[in-house]
Amino acid sequence: MSKNDGIRKTLLVAFSLCIVCSVVVSTAAVMLKPAQEANKTLDRKRNILAAAGMLEEGASIEEQFAQIQTRVVDLRTGRFTDDVDPASYEPVKAAKDPARSMNLSQEADIAGLGRREDYALVYLAETANGELDKVILPVRGYGLWSTLYGFIALEADGNTVAGLGFYEHGETPGLGGEVDNPRWKAQWPGKQVYRDGEVELALAKGSVDSDSPDARWRVDGLSGATLTSRGVTQLVHFWLGEQGYASFLTNLKAGEA
Amino acid sequence: MSTMKETLVTPIFKNNPIALQILGICSALAVTSSLQVTVVMCIALTLVTAFSNLFISMIRAQIPGSIRIIVQMTIIASLVIVVDQVLKAVAYEISKQLSVFVGLIITNCIVMGRAEAFAMKNPPMPSFIDGIGNGLGYSTVLLSVAFVRELFGSGKLFGMEVLPLVTEGGWYNPNGLLLLPPSAFFLIGGFIWILRSFDKKQVEAPDFRMAKHTAAEEGA
Repeated sequence: MSKNDGIRKTLLVAFSLCIVCSVVVSTAAVMLKPAQEANKTLDRKRNILAAAGMLEEGASIEEQFAQIQTRVVDLRTGRFTDDVDPASYEPVKAAKDPARSMNLSQEADIAGLGRREDYALVYLAETANGELDKVILPVRGYGLWSTLYGFIALEADGNTVAGLGFYEHGETPGLGGEVDNPRWKAQWPGKQVYRDGEVELALAKGSVDSDSPDARWRVDGLSGATLTSRGVTQLVHFWLGEQGYASFLTNLKAGEA
Repeated sequence: MSTMKETLVTPIFKNNPIALQILGICSALAVTSSLQVTVVMCIALTLVTAFSNLFISMIRAQIPGSIRIIVQMTIIASLVIVVDQVLKAVAYEISKQLSVFVGLIITNCIVMGRAEAFAMKNPPMPSFIDGIGNGLGYSTVLLSVAFVRELFGSGKLFGMEVLPLVTEGGWYNPNGLLLLPPSAFFLIGGFIWILRSFDKKQVEAPDFRMAKHTAAEEGA
């Protein structure tokens, strides 16, 4: 038996190694935390701007984001609330907490979420003279492999789409992953959401026939990605419907939010 | 000095960790769909292998045999966490794409294999060089796989358009298979084939030989 194999030596080596390693790891984690947090926030702001079509490459994101206001909406009443702090509130986490979310019945849960949080964050973009310009709403829903997380931006009328973008998903590259294709996303601005109070906006099967009377509510389906396309349609229907932001949008238009 | 150079260069083609030892395949499949991500992964793995070899070699005389694997793991894991944290702080976009694969460097057989096979028996400097060499060997394979996958899978190199895609109004119809992880198997297989046709010594002796065909005996 070599000199290293005694119990005392083994414990000593194990213990000192653990101390050294934990000090190194925690130092790195603590020192880099502020930079990581800043990156995360910046990334979120970037995605919000991109979804609304307001992102200008090269310009400072902080500056561009200055014209956007973050507010909390109580999805149960469809009105603004100050119950939670928008800076620290995390909707996806809240959706897992029974005290702060609502269970969705099978029929209502078209986006495959399981539960829906009570409070949502919305982003209001204003014009230079303080009028409401765009409303940016976080949306999410299940596609083929993964939950897609993104934002949908609406014009001030709460009916015309200003843009859509996903910032996180795990769909098949080249097929469902084409939700990130700028040419596909470019079809969204100008489309209508509601017809007679019901959400009508959906992905078509194949390409949209521009002569069809429904064309204003249709976006091209993603070829080779039937389930991802259906997922996108369902998540739009869920979040812009009664369980989502519909009552908030009505209130906002009436000036009662 | 010549042995130092040998330690550095041998793992690139002669004793490549992926092509000859068939180690570290998991990340070679997962992160090679774009060159940019692959480069970061290669740098991360090379640094981790080099420094884990260095530190393990430095304390190799003190490590009790009974817990040597767990000691190596602890050192490797700490280094990987540090690399992951640094990436999240300075290269957020790329760290998002690499997601769990940086963390999985911990289980990459190359790192562990070099620690156990080389760093435990050699002084710190050669061990460090050996780590760099094996990192470069890993990088050679990964970069060539990523080159083919990104070029023919999405018509780009480092995110810059090379072959204009049909979906963007160009002429190139991309090969969707190349964007999926299994395609890397074919490419790595091709890489090994080419390598072994030049360097016959790497060809393994067959485990068995096919018996000659014999006619069935009557009544058997």
